[in-house]
Order: sequence, then structure tokens, then C-alpha cells
Amino acid sequence: MAWLVMFFVVPMVQLFLVSLQSDYPGFPGYYYQDVNVANYARALTDFAPHFGRSMLFAGLATFFAFVLGYPLAYAMAFKAGRWRGVMMICVIAPFFTSFILRTIAWRQILSDEGWIASTLNAINLLPGGRITETWVAVVAGLTYNFLPFMVLPIYSSLERANPTVIEAGGDLYANGFTTFRTVTLPMSLPGVLAGTLLTFIPAAGDYVNAELLGSDVSTKMVGNVIESQFFRVLGGFPDAAALSFTLMALILALVFAYTRKFGTEELL
Amino acid sequence: MQHREPPTDPFVRQLVSMMNSGHSRRSALKLGGAAALAAALSACAPPAPPLATGSAAAPAPVLPVDVSATEKTVNFANWTAYLDYDEDTKKYPTLEAFMKKTGIKVAYTEDVDDNDTYFNKIAPQLRAKQDIKRDIFTFTDWMANRVIREQLAQPLEIFDMPNVASNLLPSLRQVSFDPGRKYSVPWQGGFAGIGYHKKKVGRELKTMDDLWADDLKGKITVLSEFRDTAGLLMQAKGIDLAGNWGKADLETAFAEVSKRIADGNIRRVKGNAYLEDLKSGNATAGVVWSGDLFVLRAETGDDDWEFVIPESGGTIWNDNMLVPITSTHRKNAMQVMDYYYDPAVAAQVAAWVNYVCPVKGAQEELAKTDEELAASPFIFPTDAYLTEKKIQGFRALSAEEEAEYGALWAKVIGN
Repeated sequence: MAWLVMFFVVPMVQLFLVSLQSDYPGFPGYYYQDVNVANYARALTDFAPHFGRSMLFAGLATFFAFVLGYPLAYAMAFKAGRWRGVMMICVIAPFFTSFILRTIAWRQILSDEGWIASTLNAINLLPGGRITETWVAVVAGLTYNFLPFMVLPIYSSLERANPTVIEAGGDLYANGFTTFRTVTLPMSLPGVLAGTLLTFIPAAGDYVNAELLGSDVSTKMVGNVIESQFFRVLGGFPDAAALSFTLMALILALVFAYTRKFGTEELL
Repeated sequence: MQHREPPTDPFVRQLVSMMNSGHSRRSALKLGGAAALAAALSACAPPAPPLATGSAAAPAPVLPVDVSATEKTVNFANWTAYLDYDEDTKKYPTLEAFMKKTGIKVAYTEDVDDNDTYFNKIAPQLRAKQDIKRDIFTFTDWMANRVIREQLAQPLEIFDMPNVASNLLPSLRQVSFDPGRKYSVPWQGGFAGIGYHKKKVGRELKTMDDLWADDLKGKITVLSEFRDTAGLLMQAKGIDLAGNWGKADLETAFAEVSKRIADGNIRRVKGNAYLEDLKSGNATAGVVWSGDLFVLRAETGDDDWEFVIPESGGTIWNDNMLVPITSTHRKNAMQVMDYYYDPAVAAQVAAWVNYVCPVKGAQEELAKTDEELAASPFIFPTDAYLTEKKIQGFRALSAEEEAEYGALWAKVIGN
């Protein structure tokens, strides 16, 4: 309890108080405690496109991570056999290097003179002639960085599933797809739910991918604005805090609605 | 400086602003409730506003006790690629020599990537007088101005630094933000101009408009410091940067940057990180800092990297070493500063960083080893050169202007 108060409640209250501060007139960079709700109004009106992009990019990344991650988790749980350990290591291994370094590495791989962009350019498949500094790169970066968070929960729920139940589906004359749809998939839903949440929440608040792989105006997310209000704009502290709180509220609301709709007993 | 006293009670203040903005009474009541709650939570009235420094009322800052004599260390925070570095030994030769000579251990870190980000990171701590564990930090003129104005730097004794006292170039002795150099000692200076790869671009770039050519679309990077990027654009419009231009002039330049980003000419707006884009081929030209291109040449072994001052003129800036208000090693820090004003040492640094050297006599020292480099106008510009190339400093901004323009610029680059 004391731990929770110290590491969760205290910083939150502090951040909330900062989000209501005002500037001293004539002294940019100095603040006093106030109840300046205009900070929140500004956060919503000035940076609405950034909120939209955060939600959109995080949603897309979650979708792609699911599309890529589910077959991977399925293969690991049921088809891998003795390769399971190796596959597991491959999924987890990226965690051993820094998140930022890996994203910078992608910047190199996707750069104009890298083999991917130059190959695509050579066969005229790359409108605009580049990959970095586009929203595609940002979504791809988010998908890549949060993929393990999708794979691992799904894998663990599939792995726990009783294989005899799945066999029973076959015994009852269901074909492979029907068995999957009516037996395997529902059994893995808690994992899917956890995976989508674990991907969406950090992706919505992420700024590293948009900073390193995105361009300057059209792909900036809320995280970028918060960073720049904190560190670049003189007098931006309250705005940054208000943005953080708004983002948190938005994510909480979405997550709440989502778990209400799709939530299963095990998770709640 | 004149300023209005903010209303003392946050609750009253909120109600006043609400009445002005015409909210409904119901929401006023609701917010009033929230206000009362928050006020009760914080339970503190706004503190007195910070004193305008420089006014008679400002008290002299209390300096921490100097322990230089017992703790022989200095923590030096500087920018990237700003000190001679030996790739083989992974050490800084001039610093090594200093440590050997004086027995003072210098921890050198490349902490500063951008004036704003570094300052905003440390400023809250410095204002609260919490030690940031740095004894020297390096800021560009305009930011040094802010640091001194806010009394976040310690006064130095220039007469304890004989090399600085005798070798600091006369042109740098009197600066508006620090008359008599009581707080700051110049480190290096430089120009902002156009950098490009001759072969990849396939022609010479001479003016700012050359950057917006169709075949360079999406291959241009510009600096995230608006004094440089917007400054060069203002010069292209014939505005005297050091003169008394107004907000409209700057806004015109900002609008041009916005347009170039929207049209896809400008690919990225970055701080020192633009060097990576030049190396990887994502960008082939852009607005850059002079010395970086020479370091890039040396690093990549590619002499096609070219730096030019646009025909309409370039900007000049200077970086300054300061001692943070919390440092307890001021005397050691002053020894480091003094050491870098030894002409022989300064020549060694200049030969590596290729930035404008503030030390008298360094040119003669450098000529002994490398005559061609000693003649470089990018390290030792003559007055005639500065006039001919129309090189200007960006005029000093007031605190309000700084905040206002900074916020506008953030919008331009998407933040």
C-alpha cells in the first residue's frame, strides 16, 4: 500500500497539480499553482490531430501485431515441437537490446540507400520514393516494437489450452477451420485481450517511433508533443502535463469500453 | 521590468477568468468546486513572482562552498563532436594532457544535443538549487543569456585565468548578455549555412532557393534551432538579422518553412542528428553548422561534402562555457577553461573541430603544423571575410519574445 502511494499516487497528484499551473505574466518558464483549466482546453483544441494520429497508429499497429502475432503464437504452441525453445528465444531476444537502438537500426535498414528502399524504388513500387518519414514507417516501427507483447500472452493462453478439447472438435466431425473458430480461438481470447491491451496502450503513448521514423508534421503523435512541450517550449510544462492527463483519460476510456465489450471472466 | 501581479487567490483568479470567457453559471459552479478541491489539495497560495534579475532588488546568489582543493575533479558537459578525439585510444588527447599536468580528473560528457532540451532538463533542478553534478556546461549565446539572467551560473574570476585574460579575442570580450565576461568564457563559435554533397547534388548550391529545387525534394534537412533556419531565410529576404526586425518578418520565414515541409521539400527538422541523415543518404543537402561538415568529411573520408555560406548571408553564433550555480568545483573548472586558452592547446582543438576559435595566437600555432588549415576562414575568419559574406548574429530576444517565438516554431515543426 505504501509502495503504491509512493510510486503511483504521489507522482500522479504532482503531475495533476502541474497540469493546472499558470505562467507568471512576464516570466516565461516560471509557474505558480493555479486551477487553469485552459491548459486542458488547449491540449484538446491545439493538438486534436496528434491525438487522432496516436489512436489511429496505435490501432493499426495493434491490428497488424495481431495478424502477425497470432499465427506465430499458434505455431509456437502447437506446431513447433522441439523448435519451440528457439522460437521463444527469437521472440524475446530483441528485449536484450535497447528499444531505441533497435528503432535506430530500422532507420538504417529503411534508409533511401538501404536495400529495401532501393529495391522497391527500382521496380517503381515506392510512391514518394522513400520509406522513412512516412506514416507507414511509424506504424511498422510500432508493430515491430510491440509484437512480443502480443505474441507472449496469446502463446501462454494457447499453451494452457487442453489439446484433448481441440481433438474432440475433430472427433465431432468439425473441419480444421471450424474447430479453430469454435474451440481454439475462444480458448485463446483472454490472451488476445491481454495482448491487444499490452500493445495498444504503450503504442498510443509512444513517441520514439514517430520521432525516429516519422516526419516532422504529418506523423507526430501525442508523445512527441508532450516531449517537446516539456523540453523545447519555454512555459510548456503545464501544457505537457495536461496533455499527459488527457491521453491517459482517453486510453483509460477506450480500454474500459473495450474490456466491457470483449472482456472475459478470467481477466476481470 | 514591468509586470502585473497575478491575483493571489487561485479560486478568485479562476472565477475572474471564467467570467471573462463567459461560461455558464453551472459549469462555473462545477469548476469552482474542482477549484476549491485543488486549492485544498495544494493548500498554497502562489509564491511571490521571481525577482527580475539585474534590478536592484535581486539579491546576490549564495554560492556553494568550493571544494576544489580537496576534490580534484571537474564534470564537463559539452556538445557532440566538439573536442579533439582519438578514435584509436577512445580518449580526448588535450584533456588527457590536462589531467596529467594538473592531477585534476575531468569527466567529459556529450550531454548537450540542443540548447532547449538540455536547458529545460536541468533548469528545474538548478532553480531549486539541487546539484546537477556538472561543473561546466556549454550554451549558445542566447541561452547563456537566459542562464545568466536567471542567476543559474556562478561568477568567475577572470584574473585567475591568465590565459583567458590575455588571449580572448577582443571582439568577444564585450557581449551584451555578459558585460565584461563575468560569467561566461567562449568555447567555440560557428556559422550556419548550406551543406551538401557535391556529387549527389550534381551542381553547386549557392542560395537558399537552390535548396527547393525539384530534384532535391525530400532530400533536404534543416536545423531545429529557428535562429539558424529561419535566420537564413530572413537574410534571403534581405532582412538585417542583427537589426530591429519585427515579429512579422520572422513569421514570414516560419511560413516558408511550413510550406516547404508541406510541399515535401524539407524532409526533417533536426538538431545535431542531421549528420546521420547525411551519412545514410536520406538527405543530400540542408541547413547545417559549419564545423560538422568538416568532421563529416574526415569521418567518411569523402571530400565531396561541401559547406557554403548562402549568397544572401549566413549566421554566426558562439558557444560559452559556464559554471552551474550548484557546482562545488568552480576553481577546478576555471583551470580547465584557462587551459583551453593556451594557444597551442586551442590550435589542437581547432584542427579537429573546425569551428571558429576564440583564442588569440592559435592561428600562428596551427600554422606551424598545418598552414592550409590555419588559413581557413571557418576557423579564423577575418573581419573582411565576415563583411563580404554578410555574416550576422541573430539579435537578442527579450524573454517574452523568446517564449512566444519558441511556441510558434514548435507549431511549425509539428509539435
